[in-house]
This record gives sequence, structure tokens and C-alpha cells, in this order.
Amino acid sequence: MTTISQPDHATIPGVSTPAKSRDARRVRGLSDRAIAWLFVAPTIALLLAINIFPLIWMLRLSFTSLNLSMSYLPLRFVGLDNFRDILTDEDVWFRLQTTAQFVISSVALQVVVGFGLALLINRQFRGHSFWTTIILLPMMLSPAVVGNFWTLLLQPQIGPFNYLISLFTGVPPSSFSMTGQVSLAPWTIVLVDTWMWAPYVMLICLAGLRSIPDYIYEAAEVDRASPWRQFWSITLPMTVPFLMLAVLFRAIENFKMFDMVNLLTSGGPGSTTELVSISLKRAAFEKWRTGYSSALAIILFVTVFGAANIYVKTLNKVKQR
Amino acid sequence: MTAAAARSTAHSIVEASPRTKAFAGGLVILYAVITILPLLWIVATAFKSQSDAIAYPPKVIFEPTLEGYVNLFTVRTRQTPDFIAKLPPPETWYDQLVRKRDMVIAGPSKVVPRFVNSLIIGFGSTFLAVFLGTLAAYAFSRFRIPLADDLLFFILSTRMMPPVAVAIPIYLMYRQLNLTDTRLGMILLYTAVNVSLAVWLLKGFIDEIPREYEEAALVDGYTRLQALRKVVLPQAVTGIAATAIFCLIFSWNEYAFAVLLTSGEAQTMPPFIPFIIGEGGQDWPAVAAATTLFVVPIVMFTVLLRKHLLRGITFGAVRK
Repeated sequence: MTTISQPDHATIPGVSTPAKSRDARRVRGLSDRAIAWLFVAPTIALLLAINIFPLIWMLRLSFTSLNLSMSYLPLRFVGLDNFRDILTDEDVWFRLQTTAQFVISSVALQVVVGFGLALLINRQFRGHSFWTTIILLPMMLSPAVVGNFWTLLLQPQIGPFNYLISLFTGVPPSSFSMTGQVSLAPWTIVLVDTWMWAPYVMLICLAGLRSIPDYIYEAAEVDRASPWRQFWSITLPMTVPFLMLAVLFRAIENFKMFDMVNLLTSGGPGSTTELVSISLKRAAFEKWRTGYSSALAIILFVTVFGAANIYVKTLNKVKQR
Repeated sequence: MTAAAARSTAHSIVEASPRTKAFAGGLVILYAVITILPLLWIVATAFKSQSDAIAYPPKVIFEPTLEGYVNLFTVRTRQTPDFIAKLPPPETWYDQLVRKRDMVIAGPSKVVPRFVNSLIIGFGSTFLAVFLGTLAAYAFSRFRIPLADDLLFFILSTRMMPPVAVAIPIYLMYRQLNLTDTRLGMILLYTAVNVSLAVWLLKGFIDEIPREYEEAALVDGYTRLQALRKVVLPQAVTGIAATAIFCLIFSWNEYAFAVLLTSGEAQTMPPFIPFIIGEGGQDWPAVAAATTLFVVPIVMFTVLLRKHLLRGITFGAVRK
């Protein structure tokens, strides 16, 4: 199986002759196949124990009426009742709608800002790598901590955000509340999410832009294609797989968004920003409706699993480039 | 000819004109400055007094004080001025600072234990995830494993699951196993989440190490394990370090599992910070101080990682 025939070529600097101890010989007895399984098994075992086993348990619970605040009641199987309740519940559909609006508007905004930034940074002006690192900082932070400190920045009276808005528009700073107003709160979570994650889209788009070989643009120059035409015929189509990667991942992440929004608005005012994960947390950990929330969780799992499948396919496609 | 032609056409995308560059640079710098302002505001708030922090209009220029940091690390009780006057003179600068506000220090706050939890859980889960991940990644990279693609997809898909949904059965399971609110429970959970990233990232790094190196070592009489330890691992050190930092950042920042599965003993910083409360609501200077201390390591890691960030956020798929 080795490709090396000349032992002379096989010497590696810094590698001494291995000790021929009994241990070494015993290990040598392990076939490659045994080693492969030995190496993969612990990871698979951990994932089975921490992810899959609980998942199967939850699937079972989703057919019961278990409520942890009344766990003295005997476990009663209710068949598909939980699923029927969820799918016919107007509130659930409303949460899904809120989530969809959040996912679509935040991802769209991040694509515009991120792709725009990537195009600008790709001009390779002096100092671009320093400023890129600065721009990347928000996405490395803890979403919960971000949600928390934005509540200070967005306070109507004392926060600098409203003050700046009032400086530019003349609207009194205490006349509006970014987190407390039904008309503004959905946009606030989109705004903070974009502040945090536009750099993510930017970084991936930048990789896409850099993967385009120069000679294509040079050929376009020779053919006298306008910059506008070059953008639509070369830049955009060749960046699309990367853009897809960013969009899919952000969409999945925002679909399950919990931490940042939970601390920024905690689903309020009322339930204007109650995303499906926040709703799930309320059902499972405040109302303790375990059977019902297990069913809702299963529905979310299936959705994310499907999206993850498409994501991995895109991932492999980009990898081949 | 091509390079010369590209340079001669000044408006080409290949080599932007100086004016285009200046314009692009200006816009990017403007965005960078706007994006960093919220963070700077928090760092500044940490050095404000309570009244400066909630002043209207918001104060940009203020007299810096360490009160926020003192409040973060201590629990204080309010006393009458008479009582404080009777006390022996303050021994330390922070005693003095607190007494100016008619308060005395009653003891240390919970921030240090929470910080320690974050460190133990972060490093514990990172070590385990990188250890397991390296083994699995090596196997996926070098051996023919049946259904490898499906296994890899399975590994990645576990990371994509909504944390709140995962927390429901984990909560029930941990209650049975007495792992609720324990560091061990959190380490295991974070290891499971991180190991998927570790396998994918490390597989990418190990794929890049030429197989010939190991094969040469095998010819020299090394066993597989010796070849792994003495040939592959030294080559993969940068990749392993980058992977470890990514895992550490995830555990450090994680909130959903932490808030749902811990309440005291094993609580980490993210669920703790929002509940740093003073008299009448959140103690903003103390919250800002905690946020600053919490974020500084992340900023340093981001600078260290900047060359590998792209890999990290795409599970190793996009490299350059």
C-alpha cells in the first residue's frame, strides 16, 4: 500500500528509529481498520449518548401528555394529539410567521451589507486587513452578552442610540423605544443581528471574490465589458455558491435564534418578537408542558435537519472549487 | 502581457485605481468605526459612576472611576453616614471608594466563581472535544470508513440542532443522572457540541498534510500510532490550536444551555452578567465591567485567529 520504494527517500528529519518494545509490537498488531474504528467510536458514542439517545426519548415523550409541574400524574400516551394541537394552534403559526419575518429580513439585510463590504474590501486598499479584523469583532462575541448590552444602548432616555437619532432627525429621544414598541421591536432584533452577523456574510463573500481568477476579468476588459456588466456576468455568478453557504447557515442559525433576542426583548413587547425558540422555552421551561414542547421540538428538528442537509451539499460543492 | 494590460487599464477590477481604493477604504473605515462604537461605549461605561452611566443626555466626557469594577467584585450594604463615620479609617482604595457612596463592603460577589466555572467548563470541554476530534478526524482523513459521508453529516447535523429543543431531553436525562447544574454535565454537553466542529475542522487540516510523510515513517518501522504522534500531530499543531480556540470561544459564549441547565453551582458568565443588579435595577457600570472582562479574551483570540476564521465558520470547507 505504500508508494515509497526507495528507503533512502523515506527518512524524515527529526524522526529517530522507534523503540521495538513489546508494547509497540502489540500495537502494530492492530489493523488499520481496527484503528479507524477505535478512533471514530468515542466521538460517535458521545454523540449517541448526548444527542441521539435524548432525542429518541423526546420522540417518545412527544406522544405523551407529560407536564413536569404535575409529574406525579401517570404517563399518559395521547398519540398524535400534541402534533395536532401544535399544527392547528394559531399562536404557533403566528410565532412561525414572526420567525420567518425575522429570518428573511435579517438575512437579506446581512447579504446586502456583507456583500457590499466584501466588494469594497476586495479593492485591497491600504490597511484593509486591520479594518477587516475590527469589523469581524461583533460576530465573535457572545450573543447573550450582545443582547444584554444593546438594551443599555437602546434605552430611550439614557441610551446613546436614541440620542444620536434625535441629533440627526430632531425626534425627541424619549418619544420612541426601540425595544419596547410594537412597531419597532421586530426591526430592532434585525438591526442588532445584522450588526453582529453582516461580517460573517462579508468574510465568506470575500473568499468567493478571491476565488475568481484575474484572467476572467482581463478577458472581459479585452472584450470591453463595462464594470456593471462584469459584475452581473462574472462577479455575482461566481460568488453565488459562497453566498448560498452564508445565507443557508445564517437562515438556520436565525431560525433557531434564542440567546440574543431573549436578552434584548425577551420576546416582547407582548409577543411581537417571540421567535419560535423563545416560545418553545416558555412552553418547556416555564409552563413545563414537556409532552407538547417535545412535539414542537421534533417539528423544529425535522425542519433544521432538512435545511442542514442542503447546507452540507452546498458545503461540499464549494469545497470542490 | 496580461499583467501589464491589467495595470494599464486603470478602472479595471483586477487592479483598482487609487481613487477607487480611497473611496472603498473610506466607506469600510466608516463602517468599522460605526460597528466598534457600541463596544467602546460599553468599555467606557465600565469606568463611569452610577449617575454618569444613566445621565441624560448620555455622557461622552466623564470623570473615570473604578466603581463599576469594585461593584462587580463585591457585595455592599448601605449604612447611615453616622455609622460610617464611626468605623476605623478605610484600609484600601476600594473601601474608600465604596464608603463615599455611604456603603460598606459586605463580602465578595459571585463573579469570581462564575468566571472560574466559565474557565473550567471552557477548557475541559475544549480539551475533550479536540482530543476526540483529532482521533476521529485522523481516521476520516486517512482510512476508508464505510458510510464516511453519512457519518460526517450526522456529526455535523448534531451541531445544527436548536439548543432549546436539545435542552428539553437533556434536562430530563440530567435530572435522572444527577448532572443538572454540575460542571461535569456542562463539560459533556459542550464537548458533544464542539466535537462536531473539531472533527470537521481537523479533518480539513489533516487532509492537507501529505500522506507520504506517514507512509515514509511506516516504511521506517513506525506503527500507525507512532506515525500519528511523531509525524502527523507535529504537522497539525497550528490546526489543532486554531480548532481549540474555536471550541473555547463556543463554550465561553454559550448561553442557551447554560441558562436552562444551570442555576448556581455550575453557572457560567453569560447567564450571570445580565443579572448583576444594584440598587434599583441593573448596575450598568458593573455589567459593563463584567462585559469588558468577558470580551477581552475573545478580542485577543479573534486577532490570533484572523487567518483561520474563514475555516472556522465554514467547518473547514472554505480555506482561503
